[in-house]
Amino acid sequence: MTAVRRIRRRDTAYPSLLAAIHDPPPQLYLRGEVETDVLERPSVAVVGARSCSSYGRAVGRSLGRELAAAGLVVVSGMARGIDGEAHRGALEAGGVTVAVLGCGIDRDYPAAHGELARRICERGLVVSEYEPGVEPAPWRFPARNRIIAGLCRATIVVEARERSGALITADFSLEEGREVLAVPGEITSSLSAGTNALLRLGATPVTCAEDVLEVFGIAPAEPSVPEVGEAARALLERLRESALTADELVRACGIEAADASAALLELELAGLVALDDGVYRAALSR
Amino acid sequence: MLARAVTHALVGLEPRKVEVEAHLQSGIPGFAIVGMVDRACQEAKHRVRSGVLSSSLEWPLNRRLTVNLAPAALRKEGSGFDLPISLAVLAATRQLPPERLADHAAIGELALDGRVRPVAGTLAVAEGARRSGLGRVVCAADSAPEAALAGVEPVPVRHLGEAVAYFRGEIDAPSFEPLPREALDGLDVPDLADVRGQERGRRALEIAAAGSHNLLLAGPPGTGKTMLARRLPGILPPLTRDEALEVTRIHSVAGLLPLERPLITVPPFRSPHHGASAPAVIGGGSSPRPGEVSLAHRGVLLLDELPEFSRSVLESLRQPLEDGVVSVSRVGGHVAFPARFQLVGTMNMCPCGGRGDPAVECACTPQRLAAYREKLSRALLDRFDLAVAMPRPRAAELAAPPGERSELVRGRVVGARERLGAVLPRRTDAASELLSSAVDRLPLSGRGRVRVARVARTIAALAGASAVEPPHVAEALSYRLPSELPA
Repeated sequence: MTAVRRIRRRDTAYPSLLAAIHDPPPQLYLRGEVETDVLERPSVAVVGARSCSSYGRAVGRSLGRELAAAGLVVVSGMARGIDGEAHRGALEAGGVTVAVLGCGIDRDYPAAHGELARRICERGLVVSEYEPGVEPAPWRFPARNRIIAGLCRATIVVEARERSGALITADFSLEEGREVLAVPGEITSSLSAGTNALLRLGATPVTCAEDVLEVFGIAPAEPSVPEVGEAARALLERLRESALTADELVRACGIEAADASAALLELELAGLVALDDGVYRAALSR
Repeated sequence: MLARAVTHALVGLEPRKVEVEAHLQSGIPGFAIVGMVDRACQEAKHRVRSGVLSSSLEWPLNRRLTVNLAPAALRKEGSGFDLPISLAVLAATRQLPPERLADHAAIGELALDGRVRPVAGTLAVAEGARRSGLGRVVCAADSAPEAALAGVEPVPVRHLGEAVAYFRGEIDAPSFEPLPREALDGLDVPDLADVRGQERGRRALEIAAAGSHNLLLAGPPGTGKTMLARRLPGILPPLTRDEALEVTRIHSVAGLLPLERPLITVPPFRSPHHGASAPAVIGGGSSPRPGEVSLAHRGVLLLDELPEFSRSVLESLRQPLEDGVVSVSRVGGHVAFPARFQLVGTMNMCPCGGRGDPAVECACTPQRLAAYREKLSRALLDRFDLAVAMPRPRAAELAAPPGERSELVRGRVVGARERLGAVLPRRTDAASELLSSAVDRLPLSGRGRVRVARVARTIAALAGASAVEPPHVAEALSYRLPSELPA
């Protein structure tokens, strides 16, 4: 484990956006290989429910990847579900990501994300206001959310139920006058009730990564669509209509299972589709 | 007066020669069987005596009769000694000529009315007889086709009286119907044409058959995982004569050989319930018997609902998966059973079965999900070369047409096996590059890389390609274990 650093509020390294919120934490503990100035770079929070749908996972992952690729720092809470996917997406793009914990900086919580934490530390920071050894507890998570919101100019809620912790992050963000964005979901899905409610209240809908980059005034990068084969292109086109299983794709596009498997792997490596529990889904279109 | 008959006892699958000696002497009348015999063998006394009397033969009433099964240090089990014991007794009483008995082996259980019943392990005993230089085996008429497989001349007898008449030279050896070999192929094996859709599952099954890869099928209940797995034996090449004998011997010893079909020519399929104990799956018992892994030798072992099996069962599979042999050590000795089988496992994507099913929301807590998946150790999962997710089909308008018949698939499998047996296709540089970049991008371990390379080779062989090209590697990569499983 890398050494733990501590920055106090009066230190110059203390992130200025965080210092501007209503009750900034008196100190931050940091773990990770990079300099603390990443906390000053334009950051976006990508948050959402722990129990999420495969749609939410796929969107969280590709938002993390595309926003990090565009140079934004992706901030999230390292929880299961959307948070973890956002971090993973950012790491896949080779970008910088920051995880804010609701427990002591030395704890890997949830335990299943120990490996993820290690990888975040290689390329970003793990942050907490709690001293080493503090146990995770339910009441600490809302407090952690204020740091996530505080570090970022904008917060994206990918998927949230009506009473989700991710909405608390959005509330903090609004209170501090930061931008709140939400990913639209099916109106019949209870997993999207929270995000759809945010949209009704005036949050900016996220339909692609550019919607977010616009908020930051970043020009979208040249659309560099990776070269894929003919079969892969056909499959991708069909997947943009709806998510399908591999077998359904085989039938819909009329190609052999062997060729489809190879083409889907090609798309997966290119980051153009996401696979979840056997269902393929097109990544966000650029 | 002394007389001797020969039979064989089984140690595991190995026949050991046993001499059955019957001695009549004067003294207090009685009947004793000695020579480390088990309960069923002790009870032979009653069956033999009734059988002899029912056959209108004479039982030595007022003499002392001792039957010894030599070597005495070898444990003897089962009812197959009834026939040799009765023949030895009859020879000792000179009701049949003892010298004719010397060049025959005998095996069979006696009914109280003197009929001869078939027993388990006849094939192995007949093989033992051939190795001991005995060309003829007296056995139950129903067992004759089985004994004939060993390359000996069976003497099928329906009744003890018939055996005596034969030894006295009153009749010739009764004839029996040899096996109609051709009629046996493909019996009872379900056809792949029954499976609609599941294109990727079918493809993975074909690759698994061609490369003898172990296969893991994951998906919610009712998507046809088990149905698909049951069709694997039907697309495997039929057993060669030697393999068939080997498999038949194991099933014969386990007493599972159907009488009407004594030679197993189709790769066997075994599917033990997930409540099965480790000895039942691996083999064992105080006198070791083959378990499910050995009954699946040269065939398919399906473990349906893999994570529901007890951890000890799953872990004990590692030795046979690695070595193709199960060694059972007991106080009485050490026995090895062959167990070179192809493993197919099925599992749900989560304990409630909701994952992968668009109509159901998974209600599993992360803890339950983790516990479910932890049941499968990394070491076991490493043995699966191919993994296929089989989610529930969603779009009804994409109804699947009926699939190809097993026969056609088997033709391709046989071709690929021949090519793999001749020259292993090598990876092109471009294919190696793809593999390396995939290792960087995907959660793929070093062992995972080896698995993918192996599967890619099989895919190339199925395609009839001379080298492993990038599309072959790409397809192989798509059958890797789901990322959330430890791999």
